[in-house]
Parts: sequence; structure tokens; C-alpha cells
Amino acid sequence: MSTVTFRVFRGDRSGGELKDYTVEVQEGMVVLDVIHQIQAEQAPDLACRWNCKAGKCGSCGAEVNGKPTLMCMTRLDTIDTSKPVTVRPMKTFPVIRDLATDVKWNYEANKKIKPFTPSPNTDWIMFQEDVDRVQEFRKCIECFLCQNVCHVLREHDEKTGFIGPRLLVRTASLEMHPLDTANRLEMLKNEGGIGYCNITKCCTEVCPEHIHITDNAIIPLKERVVDEYYDPVLGFFRRLFSSKKRAEPSGQAADD
Amino acid sequence: MESYTTYDYDVLVIGAGGAGLRAAIAAIEKGARVGVVTKSLLGKAHTVMAEGGMAAAMGNVRPEDNWKVHFRDTLKGGGMLNNWKMVENYTKEAPDRVRELEQWGAVFDRTPDGRINQRNFGGHSYPRLAHVGDRTGLELIRTLQDHAVKMGIHAHMETTIYRLLTDAGRVVGALGFNRQTGEFLVFRAKAVVLATGGLGRIYQITSNSWECTGDGFSLASMVGADLIDMEFIQFHPTGMVWPPSVMGILVTEGVRGEGGVLKNSLGQRFMFDNVPERYKGEFAETEEEAERWLQGDRNARRPPELLTRDVVARAIRKEVNEGRGSPHGGAFLDIASRRPADYIKKKLPSMYHQFMKLGNLDITKEPMEVGPTCHYVMGGVRVDPDTQATNVPGLYAAGEVAGGLHGANRLGGNSLSDLVVFGRRAGLAAAEYAAQQTGSYQVDEAQVQAYIAEALQPFHNPQGENPFALMKELRSTMQKNAGIMREEGELKTQLEILENLKKRAWNTSVSGGRAYNPGWHTALDIRLMVEISQAVVLAALARKESRGGHARLDYPDPDPTFAKLNHIIRRSPDGSLSVVAEPLPEMPEELRKVAEAKDLKELSDKVGA
Repeated sequence: MSTVTFRVFRGDRSGGELKDYTVEVQEGMVVLDVIHQIQAEQAPDLACRWNCKAGKCGSCGAEVNGKPTLMCMTRLDTIDTSKPVTVRPMKTFPVIRDLATDVKWNYEANKKIKPFTPSPNTDWIMFQEDVDRVQEFRKCIECFLCQNVCHVLREHDEKTGFIGPRLLVRTASLEMHPLDTANRLEMLKNEGGIGYCNITKCCTEVCPEHIHITDNAIIPLKERVVDEYYDPVLGFFRRLFSSKKRAEPSGQAADD
Repeated sequence: MESYTTYDYDVLVIGAGGAGLRAAIAAIEKGARVGVVTKSLLGKAHTVMAEGGMAAAMGNVRPEDNWKVHFRDTLKGGGMLNNWKMVENYTKEAPDRVRELEQWGAVFDRTPDGRINQRNFGGHSYPRLAHVGDRTGLELIRTLQDHAVKMGIHAHMETTIYRLLTDAGRVVGALGFNRQTGEFLVFRAKAVVLATGGLGRIYQITSNSWECTGDGFSLASMVGADLIDMEFIQFHPTGMVWPPSVMGILVTEGVRGEGGVLKNSLGQRFMFDNVPERYKGEFAETEEEAERWLQGDRNARRPPELLTRDVVARAIRKEVNEGRGSPHGGAFLDIASRRPADYIKKKLPSMYHQFMKLGNLDITKEPMEVGPTCHYVMGGVRVDPDTQATNVPGLYAAGEVAGGLHGANRLGGNSLSDLVVFGRRAGLAAAEYAAQQTGSYQVDEAQVQAYIAEALQPFHNPQGENPFALMKELRSTMQKNAGIMREEGELKTQLEILENLKKRAWNTSVSGGRAYNPGWHTALDIRLMVEISQAVVLAALARKESRGGHARLDYPDPDPTFAKLNHIIRRSPDGSLSVVAEPLPEMPEELRKVAEAKDLKELSDKVGA
């Protein structure tokens, strides 16, 4: 048992400040445990979003000592507790109160993505090796930490012309689904704003599910957009031979 | 007078987990205007935590499997207290509901020939669980979420329902508030579907998230809906036990499905000595036979680690009580010595991650320490087996909040498919009912204002108690007096404690404003939690036997009298709860033969493979 000071953001849309709380901590505790302890004993109105406390729901993203992370998966013995530990809400989204942010934008931007559109005559046979990549993308728990660190959203606040890494991953999960037939390349090029991404891989670094966001999702999608819109030869053949989005009916990513 | 915003819907769905989303989709397909209320953000409901898979007799791995075997397994696992008609509907429809998810974009793990793969689980005679590694719940909820968005779902996120509204004995909507702003909302609806999930938070050690405060049971009971079999609480045998802050977090049964074994501190596989009479002959009797089963020998019987959850949880408890537990009061669960590291990481990735991150333990190298954790409630709101209608007109219930399907004990994997089978049925029936409601119905303004005043009362009660402290007291006393092993004296003590807590739950104090105030939310949650705890304890007192998820130290064996009875928990007009025993619905002779089949071959249309 030892004593640690936590410096937690208290405030709302109009502003706020860091407030110090001193707590007794025990072996194995995570940051979210500390926030709950502060709620129960010192500040019952301290707002914080959480659900599963096991890294499965992606609700409790915050910035601990400046590092975007899930509070439920951040053990105190992995951070420096000899100095006050700072806990702030995700910066990219408007604060509702304290550590809870308004992430509604993600749900709105998601509507730009054409839904799953299976081929009408499929027998639903898919092999494991053909779905491994899609399953990687579908591990996403929508914690929005990738959106939070993406500089296009965080520094430039480009929320109208760019959908951000989370939604690029979702687009990839559909585009690379072996049985999907829709074409999302125009969306990616225009309102999806995939061109804004300059592959700094900040998103990949914070992903708690270790999805290779940049390498496996964004770069292959960028290549598809380039092939479609900027390569006249490939574009010609595609228009000539295929009414579907890919020449290969299996839709297997050519660049895997 | 407090102001509020009003929304009008044909069908209001409360809860956006698997059952709620599936109900909403079904109702929208029927042409209903549908609103969905969820306490969390979309996609975060407790369904997301489901790990191992969803059971459906598709026969993709073992062609001998079919709905009849699933029917028999489910009733056997449920101590035969299940509503047979629900089990029939469920086992027949589950395969279609799984395939439908695939058609909506779910990507399940595959068999070598490219179909949906199925894994072994406790109490299932064949590999039956469609799964995605150990994150099947995430796949289910994301698929339903995406499909619901495609259908144009209207979701009220981070919104709590405080009370259902009634008019002349019918449910006509609900009063709630936006958690982000504290603003009150009135939902006028012709039909309401409860899909509010479970009540694990009434116990101290639970796998359930904060949302599982049992709202739906209490909301329904308060408007006169009957509850059924509330004594049956599932303590999942394998929750994390160390470190203290993660105690109760689920360790999927998939670990045992993939070959994991349970050992005590002496290194003994104690489950071989814990096969109950009714399962004798169905499980491997030696480690050698269990090993052959793991290697794929179809003549070998299943290892006893795959007995039902009630049996395994009690066996672990016994080892601990008799001094053979692990250092932190559990048992050892070992997959490291059974499967190669790469296989474990592929099939159980989140377990690997969870223990690595939270427990500093590599499950590909060392055994885990596990112990029972409150996981699920078999009982719930009593519903019609076909329509999920409650006894209150306009009110429907589906998923964990509904009772009847699982009897005294739920088989692992039977929950996820329950959600989609009965979520759909509830949504369809609610939409049909709503379409028939032509007369006018009223939301009673006085009722609304009275509820708002009582919900805001903790803000005007500076001398009241700390709601977090009260919550802690409720959870620790339920754990101690009405937990995995029960006896009359402790249950009676708990009833007195609950009487006292009930008064105190209405005398809490909260500070700060209404926007996103967890203290206030806790103060309101506790009122419902006390109500439902009372129903659990009353039903547990009344059942003087041990069966499934209900174990009595003073009545350690099953009793043939109780084998024929369901418990109905009913609210009197004065607000008090009572327990009424009712005979089980009569099962048709043909199905009884299926349920009691000794030899699975009798049930198979196709034999061999």
C-alpha cells in the first residue's frame, strides 16, 4: 500500500482545471480503479465513461501522463507514480464533463461508409486465410484512441473532410471482405479524405488491439484509390472487365 | 414543474445489447417507428464482453448435431426447469440467426472447408459454438450495430430509463434522462421491449459491467409483471482472482473448450471426482481418455472440465474450502501445457492479452488462477415463449432480462443465440401489437412529475448517505449471504439487511450538477438494485433444494418435488413481493423423449461422419 497523487482534469466545455487527489493504492491496480476510488471517497460527481474494465469495450480512453490509453488496462506499476499522475480527457473530442468526451462525431462520420453489400448469389463459403485480414480489422473496439491521436483530427480538427483511422479501418474491413461487392473508393477519395493521412502511424502506436492500422488498412486502401483514380491503364481495364469493385471475385487484397 | 422533451415511437426498446438491437431491427422491418435507449454508447453494451461463442446446432463440425440434441443438452443443463417451448423455439431457430449474422457482415472463424467453425463448450454434446477467437460478443454487437444503423435506427445513447409509464394497466412508454446533460425525456410508445440485460452488479465479485444493475427486472416488476425463477444465478467457474482489482473478470470457458484443464494445489485434475449422477457415463473417466478426446478421437468421451458451469463452480469452491486451492483462493486453469503457444494466441487472444496486461502472467507458459464469479441470471421477467410478451399489455422482454429459457443453469454459448432468437421474436411481436393499438393512450403528467421529483430528491437531501458506500454494502452483503452457497439463516439475515437498505436507498445525498454525475446515477441505480436483490433472496429462500445455479448448504441435494416447480415472484398492490410455486408447463410426450434420451444416436438424423 502506498500513496499516490492523481492530477485529474475537472471541467466541461467552457473550461476547467487539474485537481489533485491523493489516494491509497494497492498491488495490481489500474488507473480506472483509482478514478473509481476518487469517485467513491472524494469526488462523487467525477465524470468518467467506462463499461467492461477488461479492455473489451473501449469506453475508458483518456490521456494518462499525456499518453492516450485505456484507463482499465493501464496498471499503476507501468507508470511513474513517484510524481503526480496526470489524467486528462481525450483532446480531440469536446469535453462533456471531466474525463467524459463527446464522441458522437465518430458515429455520424461512420454513416458515410456504404454498408456491407454481399453478392446476392453467394454460397457463403470463405476460407480462414481469406478472412484473417478482415478479422484483424474487426477486432476494433471503437475506443477512438486512434482518432484522438491522428493529427488531422487532433491538430487540424478536419472533421468534415476526413473520417479518421478508425473509420478507415472499418472501410478496409468491408472492402477486403471476400464477399462484399460495394465500391467505397470514391468515398475514400472525397469525403473520406484518405489523402490527408500522411502515414505517421500514430494511430497504430496507440491501438490497444494492436491492429496494424497504417500498414494493413490505410496503405492498401490508399493504393486502391491511386489505382482507381490515378492509373489510367488499370482504370481502363477495370472499367472494361469488371462491374464489381475488384477484378478478382474473391476480393483478396492484392497488396497483402 | 420540471421540463422534459417528448419522443413518440411505436416501439421503444430499452437496451442496445444483442437482444435490444435484434429487437429493434425486427420491429423496423415490420414498419414500426422504433427508438432504442441505451445507458452506454452504441456498441458498448455488456454483450461486447461475451467471449466463447454462440451455440447453434448447425452441424458444421459434427453432422450428427441437430436441434434435438441441442434441446436435450439445454434442458439437461437447466435441471429440466426450462420452459420447454422456449427451448424448442430457440434450438430450432438458432442456426438461422447465426447465418443471418454472417449475411449482415459477421466474420466467424472458418472450418477447413470454408464454413462457420464451431467449438466445444460445457454441457454441449458436440462442438456447437460459432465463434470468433474469444471475442464473439464484439462480433455480434458490431454486426447488429452496423445493420441497425443501415436500417436507420434511432438511438438515444447514454440515456437511463427511470420508470415505465402506464395507462389503464398498459405500458405506454417510459421516463428517462440523458446522462450527459441530466435532461429528462418522456418516451411515448405503444409497446416497450425490455432488453436490459442482467443483474451481476448486486454481487461484489462479478464479471458484469456497471450497466448490469438489474434495471429491467425492477422496472417490469414495479408495473406488475411477474418474474420467474430469480433464485437461479450463474456463478461462472472461471473468473480472475488476482490481483484484487481484477477479481471477477471473466476467463472464457473457451479455455476449457480448447483443452484447458483444472487442477488443485496438489496438481490433481479434480473434475474427474466431481461428475454428478445425471452425467455419469458421458464424460471421460481417465486422463488418458480425455487426452485422446483432445487429439480428436471421436470414440473418446469429453473431459470433465466441460461439465456445466454450476457443477464446475461448486467443485472449485469445494477444493478451496478443503484447503487445496491456489494461493489466491481459486484453482489452476492450465492451457499452457496442453496447446502450443501460437495456437493459444490465435484461439484465445484476448485471454492472453488480459492476463499479460492485468495479471503479469503469460498463459502460454503458466497456469491461470481462477475462481467463481457472478456471471448471469437464469431467472427473469416471465414471458410468453412465442412472443416474449409479459403479463402486462404492451410490455415485452428479451435476452438475459427474460426468464424461462435456461431453467436452473444456462449452458455456455446459449446466451448469445438466445439474444438474437428472442430479440427478433420480441421485436416482431411488439411491432405487431403496436400496429393494433388504434385507441388513444395518455401519458399521465402527474405521474411523470412525481417520478422526476423523486429522481431529483438526492440533490435536495444534504444529510443523506453516500450512494457509493450504500452500493458497496449491498454488494458485499449479497455476496456473503446470498452467494454461491446459501442457507436459510443467512438468507433471512439478508432479507432484513435489504429492508434496511431499501429505506436508506431513498435517503442518499449527491453533490454537483446533473450533467454526467456518477454519484447521482449510483443513487438511482441502488433503488432498483435493492428491489431485485429482494426478489432473488425470496426465491432462494423458497427453493429448499440444490439445483443448477441455486445451491443450499441446508438442502444439498435436488428434491423431486421442486423438480416440478417454477417460482413466480409477484408484486402485490401494496408493493410487497411474494413467491408462488407453479407447476412446470406440461411437455409433449414426443419432446419429453427427446429431452430424456440417453443415447444421442437416437436423436441424430445422420449418424457417423
